[in-house]
Amino acid sequence: MEDTLQERIQGIIDNNDVVLFMKGTKHFPQCGFSATLVEVLRRAGSEFQDVNVLEDPGIRHGIKEFSNWPTIPQLYVRGKFVGGCDIVREMYEKGDLDAVLSPKEG
Amino acid sequence: MVEAEDLEQRIRQGVGDVSHIVVNDLTGTKDHWEALIVSEAFSGKSPIEQHQMVYAALGELMAGPVHALALKTYSPESWAKQEG
Repeated sequence: MEDTLQERIQGIIDNNDVVLFMKGTKHFPQCGFSATLVEVLRRAGSEFQDVNVLEDPGIRHGIKEFSNWPTIPQLYVRGKFVGGCDIVREMYEKGDLDAVLSPKEG
Repeated sequence: MVEAEDLEQRIRQGVGDVSHIVVNDLTGTKDHWEALIVSEAFSGKSPIEQHQMVYAALGELMAGPVHALALKTYSPESWAKQEG
């Protein structure tokens, strides 16, 4: 992957506590899996930045290499890759997602 | 398009130690799939690592023929708890 693309992705992740790389936007998801994660984050009460990969082919391709993860959506919290649709939904259902989303004290 | 048998075989070979696997065609179009996989190879691995192992096993299939793949992965221990 090009360094500049890597840096762009890193910059997005560094500058936003909670970032969802998705197909479409949070207001208009264009894929069922992306829509599921928007709904999960909404129910969890999380503010998040959406990044529409359909509008940026570089990021759409690059984000898959970035985390060695071939599918979208991808959720990042405070710089760390949390998972795709199945993992994040399961964390939510098990009640584990709040701890990941909420900033740690101190 | 890809056949369920191909997916199952790739996962069995790539992940290894698969004791239980179910592959379902979600849409009847052979490109949207779900897979439930129980493997000793998942023991001690995070969910992210477990899914990465499955994606690695499927390799180039993930870059085209497989448009969507919903995954449930378990170690034998977590599968036993799941079955309750």
